[in-house]
Amino acid sequence: MAELILKDLHKSYGGTEVLHGISGDIGDGEFVVIVGPSGCGKSTLLRMIAGLESITSGEVRIGGRVVNDLEPAERDIAMVFQNYALYPHMTVRQNMAYGLKIRGLPKAEIERRVNEAADILEIRQYLDRKPRQLSGGQRQRVAMGRAIVREPEVFLFDEPLSNLDAKLRVQMRLEIRKLQERLGVTSVYVTHDQVEAMTLGDRLMVLNAGHVEQFGTPLDLYERPASVFVAGFIGSPAMNFLPAEGIEGGLLRLENGATLPGARGAGPVTLGMRPEHLIADSEGPIRIRVSVLEQLGSNTLVHGTLEGTEREMVASLPGIHQIPEGEVLGFLIRSDELHQFDAATGKRL
Amino acid sequence: MIENRPFLNILTHLVMILGIAMIAFPIWITFVAASHDPIRMTQVPLPLLPGDQFFINMKNTLFGRGLSGTEIAPVWLMMLNSLVMALSIAIGKIVISLLSAFAIVYFRFPFRMGFFWLIFITLMLPVEVRILPTFQVVADLGLLNSYAGLSLPLIASATATFMFRQVFLTIPDEMLESARIDGAGPMRFFWDILIPLSRTNIAALFVILFIYGWNQYLWPLLITTDTSMTTIVMSIKQMLESAEQSPEWNIIMMTALLAMLPPILVVVFMQKLFVKGLTETEK
Repeated sequence: MAELILKDLHKSYGGTEVLHGISGDIGDGEFVVIVGPSGCGKSTLLRMIAGLESITSGEVRIGGRVVNDLEPAERDIAMVFQNYALYPHMTVRQNMAYGLKIRGLPKAEIERRVNEAADILEIRQYLDRKPRQLSGGQRQRVAMGRAIVREPEVFLFDEPLSNLDAKLRVQMRLEIRKLQERLGVTSVYVTHDQVEAMTLGDRLMVLNAGHVEQFGTPLDLYERPASVFVAGFIGSPAMNFLPAEGIEGGLLRLENGATLPGARGAGPVTLGMRPEHLIADSEGPIRIRVSVLEQLGSNTLVHGTLEGTEREMVASLPGIHQIPEGEVLGFLIRSDELHQFDAATGKRL
Repeated sequence: MIENRPFLNILTHLVMILGIAMIAFPIWITFVAASHDPIRMTQVPLPLLPGDQFFINMKNTLFGRGLSGTEIAPVWLMMLNSLVMALSIAIGKIVISLLSAFAIVYFRFPFRMGFFWLIFITLMLPVEVRILPTFQVVADLGLLNSYAGLSLPLIASATATFMFRQVFLTIPDEMLESARIDGAGPMRFFWDILIPLSRTNIAALFVILFIYGWNQYLWPLLITTDTSMTTIVMSIKQMLESAEQSPEWNIIMMTALLAMLPPILVVVFMQKLFVKGLTETEK
């Protein structure tokens, strides 16, 4: 068990810097999810922790030990890859035992650990099969088993579920979470899927273009996004953004002239409103001209434009509604659910 | 495609049977000639049905003085020479190609691309082109009339290196990364992961290279002067022009039959792996 400390990590390929100073403390036994769009550097960051990529500058500490110059095998980590990376010519048992065999553990100890991991993952009956005889979900378990038997300080997961079908993904997601809680091993998990990130992580690190946008608990990110990027990334359907201006009397003026209370200053701002926070009210100041409805059963997604403008907006209404196209609906929003960002920098106000 | 046209069926079968006959007939003649006594083989017309001397001819050819009135090694020794040469070439080529492909694909060293292209250029230099300088080198090293001289100059192989390079490139990077996390060093990775994963390709290449080595003619002819080092393929030619007397066809044809045997055995026994190695794509 150990804590993992990232200190001002930079990574450059040739002359281009792809990570611009990543810092973060990951506590002992904590499950941290690194999330971001593709190309944001999240996999690179994970591979730097694993030792598969060199560190241009900065420091990675595992359990108080600087591991920058250690080989992956010496860092006391285990990694689960997206495509499982099982050795196809070895049986499941050999796959799991390979690392231990190289470390020179006694046979009985290897046997004990493999059987124990196999019991935890319920793959005991597959131990003597080859990976190609297993289904995707079973291979995924074997890959996790291979990580477990090493009894590492830190687990690293690199999008381990993205090769599975949707239903299995949900199931494995839960299992990974339960397993991590049971073993209590510090874990870092990389994904581009925000639902996966929200459900798995104790804390989320949102990366964008090589910067940490925000590092916090899932609800923190949902309730108090630090920037327009985080606000747009977390939550489904995505948050609505509207340009507005702070005017006298503490009011916010939208593009179509409507005003909302709650301005935190004068000048241009970007307003963020989650679709589920828009409350239908015939007198409401936010007026949306309906174009399309999406019926999800439990709620109805109303797509439309802000009246008098071309701004696309979505509102989520609980229950089933039938609204003709072209009708204008009014909405309210509670001022504590109205997010305000600096129009220039995108930072939260 | 499923078609049911009797005429087409018959035609395709005819063409196929004709093709097989064209390939099989000379082999049949070889077999027939190897089963008669020398006197019958000098009379016209030549026999088309086998005689009763097959096993006597075989014994004489393998262990006897071979052709009468010549100083030629017994055929079993020639077969042994050929076998050692073919195996050395095949195994040597595979080992060297595996190692050089491993170096080129997995290591970053100075002039890597330079070496890559150097190997590539040797593709343009088969033995026949560089035969004089190669002979000079082998002679200066004192390797004439030795197994090393027979096989070493033929071992370096750009083709096999390229093939293994392609095979290694299909193995996902995660396999290497996973092995590194497991603590396997480069040679351990090579031995435990790469070799087992290229097993079928090695087998396919072995079949091709064994036949290539077994069928070497020009190089053994140049480099061996001692009769105890002759290989079977070159000796067949020597038998034809040996003495003043007419050629002993029964012995020569028996030698030819024996020369065909090992390549056939290799293909038959490694057929399954061979086909797998050439067609398998999943890693």
